[in-house]
Amino acid sequence: MSEWQPKILAILCNWCSYAGADLAGVSRMQYPPNIRVVRIPCSGRVDPLFIMKSLQSGFDGVLVSGCHPGDCHYISGNFIARRKFAVLKPLLEFIGIEPDRVQFSWISAGEGERFATVVTKVTEDIRKLGPSTRLVNKL
Amino acid sequence: MKMIDTNDLQKAIKELLADSKVDLFLGWEKGTLPLSATPLFITGGDDAEKAVFDITCGNNLSIYFTKDRKQYADSKVGIAVKGCDARSLVLNILEKQIDRENVVIVGVPCHGVLDKKKVLAKTGCREVLDLIDEGDKVTLKGKGYELSVDRSEILSSSCLACIYPDAQEYDVFIGEARAEIPNENRLKEIKEIEALSSTERWELTRTEYEKCIRCYACRNVCPSCYCNVCFVDQNDPGWIGNTCEFTDTMIFHVIRNLHVAGRCVECGACERACPMDINLLLLNRKVAMEVKDRFGDIAGLDINGKPAMVDFKEDEKQDFIMG
Repeated sequence: MSEWQPKILAILCNWCSYAGADLAGVSRMQYPPNIRVVRIPCSGRVDPLFIMKSLQSGFDGVLVSGCHPGDCHYISGNFIARRKFAVLKPLLEFIGIEPDRVQFSWISAGEGERFATVVTKVTEDIRKLGPSTRLVNKL
Repeated sequence: MKMIDTNDLQKAIKELLADSKVDLFLGWEKGTLPLSATPLFITGGDDAEKAVFDITCGNNLSIYFTKDRKQYADSKVGIAVKGCDARSLVLNILEKQIDRENVVIVGVPCHGVLDKKKVLAKTGCREVLDLIDEGDKVTLKGKGYELSVDRSEILSSSCLACIYPDAQEYDVFIGEARAEIPNENRLKEIKEIEALSSTERWELTRTEYEKCIRCYACRNVCPSCYCNVCFVDQNDPGWIGNTCEFTDTMIFHVIRNLHVAGRCVECGACERACPMDINLLLLNRKVAMEVKDRFGDIAGLDINGKPAMVDFKEDEKQDFIMG
């Protein structure tokens, strides 16, 4: 069997991060092929349930990315999202989920290079952690 | 410890009803079993004489406004509240579930309520026939035994970590309302767990939450949980399975905690209702601590404020976001 590769879910906002990912692609930047992208209208749309559900379904990590604070297409979606993540992340750490499994970042439509760097870093972090075992439904 | 004078409470209720300030008063009466008081609905003067407040009055009566709100939509309701109940009431007002004008809040001085599971552990599951509250000591009487225990040994864990025992928002207060009281035990358990490694914390969570039988008593009794359709009951999309499979259970608890983030007043109703004795409040308290540290918000204290999770400031700490 070939070497284990992490599976990472990238939840990207339509207006900034998804366009950033697009830019990284058309600029032919190299980044690990471990992410599966889900496009959402705004990072404010991300329910912590999505993150929990993806961990349960066997994703080794989740990356959520939206517009930089102040740049949200819907004015304040990412501020609301930030409060949700600010509570979710310490809570997950507290119950014993490895902190690096769930990561957040802000990537604008012009930051193709940054997108590649972020994905590389997240993939490396999760590769170090190994396959996800906690909270995975093995049934 | 200054206990409440029940006569003062009854007098206040009678006055409110006599002056037509309220159509209905929600209080407690002595239960048919000695360990639990029963909610009392007072509409006439005589019923007011049944009203009591003591260590057994654990019920958070504000849930009658959220779980069954249509019933009281057009009437003026008086309600007796402990510190935590007052906070959930304020939260319900902020969330537009009740009109402040339609409710008369009567605060009662609270010195904690008991946890039946702790009492039964003390008596070795022997039936308790009488309970005498003497302040620092509580005497439990049953067939062929009499037991004197420290009050702190049988108090609900939410009360042991309480910092607002009395209502901060009220119209009438029976006695004198205390403001915030110091409590060094509040975050002790959290700090201890935070010092452990990630693997140890996971083991701890696992052993605790594996007990859960998904009866949803915690959700049903929670004054802040009042969605018409709870996410665990939804079947299109069916987010989580309905069995006791551990990951499903864990997701239920984590998401429920996040749904009440910045809204949980730590009344401990969930923990007292839990048949499996799960340390439910621990996660709630952790979330409340984060909310306080990051957003400076305490649920249900400020009647002119906004619940933390629907509010934001532009320049908040974002250390958890990749640089």
